[in-house]
Amino acid sequence: MLESLCAQMFGRSLWVYHANSGGCNGCDIEVLNVLTPYYDVERFGIKLVGSPRHADAMLCQGPALRATADALRRAYDAMPAPKLVFAIGSCACGGGMWYDSYAVLGPVGKVIPVNFYVPGCPPRPEAIIYGVAVAVGLVDKKAAPVRFKQAEFPIPLYHPDRLHGEGELVIYESPKGV
Amino acid sequence: MLNKIKEAIVCLRPGRVTLPYPAQAEPVPENFRGVPRWDGEKCIGCAGCANNCSARAILVLDPCQELRILQYIGSRCTYCGRCAEVCPEKAIVMSNEFEMATAEASDLQQRLDIFMSTCQRCGRCFKGAAVLEGLKMSGYRSDEVGSGRWVYRSRALLEGDAVVDDIPIELD
Repeated sequence: MLESLCAQMFGRSLWVYHANSGGCNGCDIEVLNVLTPYYDVERFGIKLVGSPRHADAMLCQGPALRATADALRRAYDAMPAPKLVFAIGSCACGGGMWYDSYAVLGPVGKVIPVNFYVPGCPPRPEAIIYGVAVAVGLVDKKAAPVRFKQAEFPIPLYHPDRLHGEGELVIYESPKGV
Repeated sequence: MLNKIKEAIVCLRPGRVTLPYPAQAEPVPENFRGVPRWDGEKCIGCAGCANNCSARAILVLDPCQELRILQYIGSRCTYCGRCAEVCPEKAIVMSNEFEMATAEASDLQQRLDIFMSTCQRCGRCFKGAAVLEGLKMSGYRSDEVGSGRWVYRSRALLEGDAVVDDIPIELD
């Protein structure tokens, strides 16, 4: 059991390249925080490399900007397959607060295919480690969509067109069968 | 040489600082703002959270008079906590959850289908607090829930031509 766990944990070292395509630096600092002695991810074989050609995974921060989308695309193409792309932070996941402004094209998913989303503004270092752990298969994801329904149809519908009358006396004529 | 020894002693003093994170999670700090969670039982559908959301990550769609759909798109939420602050019923709480990494962005969504009891005279029940907000946001809202687009318009009536097209701002 320990052997299989070790194979799972240390089978391959994940080298990551950290690409900022126009973020505010908040997520960069959290990613670098992950590599500090406090959250030392080098014990799991995760290492920061300086070139996308050496990398297995790309950590994208910041939205895809009009100016940087091409560079981001080229960095992605330079990575040898198989490759993983992590969108880290709200900007990379969904475009962030300025998702509809002129300079912002949108989330990085519009430019390159994203494999894993780590939301947060910025995400905690733990959340980034958790995202990598989800990607490697060590843990299962916790996020699930929530759907809440207060009323079930059919319920009587109301429309102002069915109001008749004038002045003091206004009658609501309900449709037939309701 | 002495310097190096001094340095080594300085490094040895704090001991082991690495947090045992994957094995054992540290408790989150106080006032930490994680994922906002909606309480569907408490929500009255005033859409104050949607009007004050800085990332416009909360969409409101009124498919009919009696139903209001509030959809929270988690992917571009900045966790500012403004929605929880303005909620009059305290139906939104900023939870402690932060381990939201997922392969599908749709996993972050929350959707509320709220029953709106209606005023038979005026049709709607809620008005925005500020004048500008009221102009912009009162009436029926028609954000595109599917594509996650915020529509800068509200309508006075649901079907047909709008009687009062409050502010016809078409930005995109």
